Amino acid sequence: MSDLIKKTKLYIPLIKSLQTGLLLATGIAGYLSAHTAVNIPVLIGMSISLFLAISGSTIMNMWYDHDIDAKMKRTHKRPAASGKLSRSEVFWVGMVISIAGVGWALAIAPLYGLVVFAGWFFDVVVYTLWLKRVTCWAIVWGGISGAMPILSGRVLAVHEIDLIGILLALAILFWIPTHTLTFSIKFREDYSNAGVPTFPSTYGDSFTRATIAVSSVLAAFAIGWASVLIGLSAGYLRLIAVLTAGLLLLAFATFRVQSERVNFSLFRYASVYMLSSMIILALRAF
Amino acid sequence: MKMSALDRILLLITGLLAAYQIVVGIDNLSAAPIIAYTIAFGVLLVALLLFIILGFDALDSPIVVIVSTIIPLSLSLGLVWEHLASFRTLYLLFTIIGFAAVVFTRSTPMQNRVRVPTIVIAVVHGIAGMTIFLLPIIISMQGQAKPAFSLVGIGGALIGLGGLLLSFLKTGRPLLSRDAIMRVLPGLLLLMTICFVAGFKFG
Repeated sequence: MSDLIKKTKLYIPLIKSLQTGLLLATGIAGYLSAHTAVNIPVLIGMSISLFLAISGSTIMNMWYDHDIDAKMKRTHKRPAASGKLSRSEVFWVGMVISIAGVGWALAIAPLYGLVVFAGWFFDVVVYTLWLKRVTCWAIVWGGISGAMPILSGRVLAVHEIDLIGILLALAILFWIPTHTLTFSIKFREDYSNAGVPTFPSTYGDSFTRATIAVSSVLAAFAIGWASVLIGLSAGYLRLIAVLTAGLLLLAFATFRVQSERVNFSLFRYASVYMLSSMIILALRAF
Repeated sequence: MKMSALDRILLLITGLLAAYQIVVGIDNLSAAPIIAYTIAFGVLLVALLLFIILGFDALDSPIVVIVSTIIPLSLSLGLVWEHLASFRTLYLLFTIIGFAAVVFTRSTPMQNRVRVPTIVIAVVHGIAGMTIFLLPIIISMQGQAKPAFSLVGIGGALIGLGGLLLSFLKTGRPLLSRDAIMRVLPGLLLLMTICFVAGFKFG
């Protein structure tokens, strides 16, 4: 029993619970953003299958990047990087969970399953295996992968890829650089030691901060447009507008003031903004 | 001074109340008050989020004075627009000029006139604060609104107090020590927002 608890404690960091939780929340928000009545069994099935697929892709990322993670202060204690779990064990755990998640998603609805698989494929194959060590633009594919959960949720509810789904996916796609590029500035030494190309090392800090600010504005634009098309009430639109104004002001401040503190404020606010937006979109269903 | 978990919880509850007010608390009003109240509670909400994210260090930003001026100005403008139709234009002018004066005196070096920014803040906050404090109470006493609307006035007194504490802290003439202000601020903001939300809902 104690061995099982020990193993579980080692497996939990493999799935990056905060990141997985936020991506799962976007999937649920995508589903609830539709005008359809909420089907609880479908919602539960979607949540579990999506959780498994996202977790599986994250574990596969940990499996492949164990050598990079071992060279970075921020990640060297991860179970695969530190050797607490063997590479083959991490690989098989990742594959089993991935197959279970994607398989379950395909069983629920083929189109939904296809979008979930696309997210897994872009993250594991295109981003992790192919591009991450080659070009700093790999983050675009990481972003596309991160945008798939919300699109999959929307697709499951409306049975097609519609404009709202695309806008919601774009919002996540443009939000992700705020996260990854801020980290690449903050932990530049780590990435440099590991030999991972990043925006700051390739284009410099100013261009990176400008990219963060512009992508935040585009994310806000996509969320705002989607909110109008979804038909949020005037009150919720006011709330989205207020939160967006805060994001735009911080993005402007990032342009004006070249400081890590302002940059990190934008990164944190953008996370709160995205979570709040997801909650507002989800509330639309009730 | 480090922000405690309790402080963050109080600020989060305050933020949720402000969000509630923006979403449902100001429906059924005309456009101008809705815009004014949305600005007031919106600035409060964003400021609270930045407080939660950055901690009390957010108070070191030079825009704190401006932010703590927008809230009472826009709130009082909404109240005047709604309940004192004959003063609308005059008060709108005061709001615009008052805000511009605060921004100007806070962003321009005032050699040999160091008291000017303090006087401007005191006048602008004083008028806006007294408007938020007195107007709802008078309207309630005259029977034009339910007695509960006077809670907005109590909220006005609290926001006036908070605004003055922050503004004078930033001008270098604090009414209380920085630590004392930090200790009372989350509770003060929550109490103030509860008064506003309850006053608008039940008044």
